[in-house]
Amino acid sequence: MSAKETLLSPLFKNNPIALQILGVCSALAVTTKLETSLVMAMAVTLVIMFSNFFVSLIRNFIPSSIRIIVQMTIIASLVILADQLLKAYMYDISKGLSVYVGLIITNCIVMGRAEGFAMKNGPIASLLDGIGNGFGYGIVLIFVGFFRELFGTGKLLGYTILNPINDGGWYVPNGLMVLAPSAFFLIGIFIWIIRTVDKSQVEEE
Amino acid sequence: MASKDSTAKTIFVALVVCVFCSIFVSTASVMLKGLQKENADLDIKKNLLLSAGILKDPKASKSEILKAFEKFEPRVVNLETGEYVTDVDIATFDQIKEAKDPAKSILIDRSQDIAKIKRRAKLAKVYLVNDNGRPTMVIIPVYGLGLWSTLYGFLALDADTTTIKGFGFYQHGETPGLGGEVDNINWKAKWIGKKVYNENWRPVIKVVKGLVNPNSADAISSVDGLAGATITSNGVTNLLRYWLGENGFGPYLTKFRAGGEI
Repeated sequence: MSAKETLLSPLFKNNPIALQILGVCSALAVTTKLETSLVMAMAVTLVIMFSNFFVSLIRNFIPSSIRIIVQMTIIASLVILADQLLKAYMYDISKGLSVYVGLIITNCIVMGRAEGFAMKNGPIASLLDGIGNGFGYGIVLIFVGFFRELFGTGKLLGYTILNPINDGGWYVPNGLMVLAPSAFFLIGIFIWIIRTVDKSQVEEE
Repeated sequence: MASKDSTAKTIFVALVVCVFCSIFVSTASVMLKGLQKENADLDIKKNLLLSAGILKDPKASKSEILKAFEKFEPRVVNLETGEYVTDVDIATFDQIKEAKDPAKSILIDRSQDIAKIKRRAKLAKVYLVNDNGRPTMVIIPVYGLGLWSTLYGFLALDADTTTIKGFGFYQHGETPGLGGEVDNINWKAKWIGKKVYNENWRPVIKVVKGLVNPNSADAISSVDGLAGATITSNGVTNLLRYWLGENGFGPYLTKFRAGGEI
């Protein structure tokens, strides 16, 4: 696989959420607002990028009996770092994300890419794969976050777009959109669109 | 390949990875601690100012927050006697934390526990706003159970201890759009000017169901309910009545009224 392909294929062709169906839980939890979606996407991208890089760097030294634990240790350290940085520099957002930053550790995408890609490929290819998958995850988060914030509260990034009725406007916010199930519907629609365009993703009966 | 999987090699790799990662994590933690502490302190101050209605913009800058906060004088109060306490470190005092410590809190009798908080700290931190040496506003922390979650907020009272100057919650987990509307600016504005006590100094403030009838006798102590959020609304009534009552800040506010300065 060429470098470009490694980087770009996870965006739509091999999207971690839409095709691999990984990391869905956090996509439900943090997408009520576009801002938290963006920050979460960024944090996950950085974590996958560096965990892939470091795992790949030492892949020839990792004994196969403890490889999962070694990957986990590296991922956990990076997640703690991301959490600490958010608390120090973006306190409000980190409060909004609460435990979900810490839960990046359990995000299957990170582990899946470390085990599935970084253990078999060189550091640079792994780094690119990490960026690609982070962005692939990010695209879905931003898609879901955009619609949930817009229709759930009438705002985008905190700016009022549709003036809600509670503030004297005309728009009746859709309560379903701020609850987790709406993310399921939106992710479903996202997968539907991708599979309509790219028929090769449809599983055979 | 065999050497890579030998026991000695396995232990060696595990050790190196662990040492390296722990150094990495602890360095980051130590280096960022100061900034994080500062952020957490600033957050509490901001919440206080927002709840009390002194700050309007939730995205206010650090200097604006600190400047607005200069007027505030934090004091720690013994809730039972209503006296100020001087032998605790006011800056680090945390009422919510102390409420969980059996030595520093009391168990609230079931029948009295209308705010449904089970335990409360013996001490509490209040904030005074002074103007020319005389307090013009007193801000008390209030919290209690709504529908799903505990609501944490601040109530700002005029020096007469009954007129509301500002009220709001800084942390809760109520249903967005229903109970979560406690954060609505328009609803929060409805509290300003209401009286929390009646003429016998009993807490009578309440959130009614539907709209307040302006002609009713208790309109001055009633606030419109939140549509579709009866349990949250009742929770707000109960937590306010608890903290304003004899088991909450009642003794302190009585002394405050009598002396201005205790």
